[in-house]
Amino acid sequence: MNRDVAIVGVGMTRFGELWDKSFDDLFVEAGLEALEDAGMSGDEIEAMYVGNMSAGRFIDQEHVASLIADRSGLTPIPCTRVEAACASGGLAVRQAILAVASGMYDVVLAGGVEKMTDVTTEEATATLATAADQEWEAFHGVTFPALYAMIARRHMHEYGTTREHLALPPVKNHRNATKNPKAQFRFEITVEQVIESPLVADPLRLLDCSPVSDGAAAVIVCPLEMAREFTDTPIVVRATAQASDSLALHDREDITTLRATVEAARSAYRQAGIEPEDVDVAEVHDCFSIAELVAVEDLGFVEKGESGEAYHEGMFEIDSDHVAVNPSGGLKAKGHPVGASGVAQVVEIVEQLRGEAGKRQVDGAEIGLTHNVGGSGGTVVVHIFERGD
Amino acid sequence: MGGVPRFWRSIDNRYRLVGTRCENCGEVYFPPRVVCPKCRREGEMKEVELSGRGEIYTYSVVRVPPEGFEEKAPYVVAIVKLEEGPLVTGMIVDCDPGEIDIGTPVEATFRRVSEDGEDGVIYYSLEFRPVRREE
Repeated sequence: MNRDVAIVGVGMTRFGELWDKSFDDLFVEAGLEALEDAGMSGDEIEAMYVGNMSAGRFIDQEHVASLIADRSGLTPIPCTRVEAACASGGLAVRQAILAVASGMYDVVLAGGVEKMTDVTTEEATATLATAADQEWEAFHGVTFPALYAMIARRHMHEYGTTREHLALPPVKNHRNATKNPKAQFRFEITVEQVIESPLVADPLRLLDCSPVSDGAAAVIVCPLEMAREFTDTPIVVRATAQASDSLALHDREDITTLRATVEAARSAYRQAGIEPEDVDVAEVHDCFSIAELVAVEDLGFVEKGESGEAYHEGMFEIDSDHVAVNPSGGLKAKGHPVGASGVAQVVEIVEQLRGEAGKRQVDGAEIGLTHNVGGSGGTVVVHIFERGD
Repeated sequence: MGGVPRFWRSIDNRYRLVGTRCENCGEVYFPPRVVCPKCRREGEMKEVELSGRGEIYTYSVVRVPPEGFEEKAPYVVAIVKLEEGPLVTGMIVDCDPGEIDIGTPVEATFRRVSEDGEDGVIYYSLEFRPVRREE
């Protein structure tokens, strides 16, 4: 990077079915919380990047960058919407980091927002399916859960991953979410409940799937050399990486791995000068149970094909000696307002590295990673952060 | 699923499994590509009709169907590895989900896939069915 960048403020709404809150309400609430966190009035913000997957279909509104600048009281600063399906949020954070690293701006806000419950569940599901290849996947009746189900089926075939293994990330993530006041599902579930929940797309069942949610999150970045004007605990951006892969699953040589994750992670570890085992806490993209199993393998936390057993041994719990994965509850239990999720991952890692994560605090966390996936892996964004002191 | 022109443009691909082959490297693509990702400007794409024979690489059973597929659910979807090389997504018809497994041999068969409501386009395409051994 041309100059080091730090995060100096974070904020997010509660995630869930927030019937009383509009798209604008959500974004403004998260943004104001981030400003308060950084001790800013708002005058300091020079530009905004907003991750949003599909306001056009969810609330029948495009051109949301202008809407957000307007409702936030931040016109005339430039505001840019960023879209990469469920990776929109992570990508917005990356654009803000790049804008500051380049020297173009000093103080930039990256936000993410999605209002999904103004439409029916059927309409929301159809909108999420637009992250897949419409002409060559969705045309044949393939749903989004079915794509991840086909990844799961192949993973079970090649590596002996079991139905019980699949249940373990959701069980862990629900347990973690009981400690997160902003999570959508603050209750525990058992392996039996996952395995007996209704089938959605074999072998995936309802409790393997992340929910439909409303929510927003925001982070404020600035040059590291300015960071102490705004906070005593700046969080340094050690790496920002992004990779692309085919839109359709069938165009990949190996569907049990997300090549874009492998490539983005390799770049991120190289930028940060660290190895996977140096990561203390990670927020990974668990839109489905199998997605978390594949993510911990592709990020290098375990060998390919060994994630099931690693979960069985409790390797990714908050109090494990290994890396803690999704202490927030992940997309599964914290909630998954698609455009906001990638930003909320960064919010969680910042709170963890500051030591402000309350009952879900990972002891002594110094290096944190976020992993945000668009679609079935067509876009992946990986960030690495470290405490600045 | 996008109306008449969008569907009409892909009729050769959906009705006859017309894909593309790069004359430079020999790789076969389905769905068709304009540019060979391996050869890019060096490549030269020619249309090629595929046999429709292959085997199941992975599959799922859709229990919660999207709009237009309600009457078919539950139904099997799969990624099929065609004998010419490419992998392709499709529905597996004429079968019970229980008789499908990774490696099951399949062949293409012409089907009505879905429709855009009562007045909309009716979508047809080649899908796949298990190859039955001669009795």
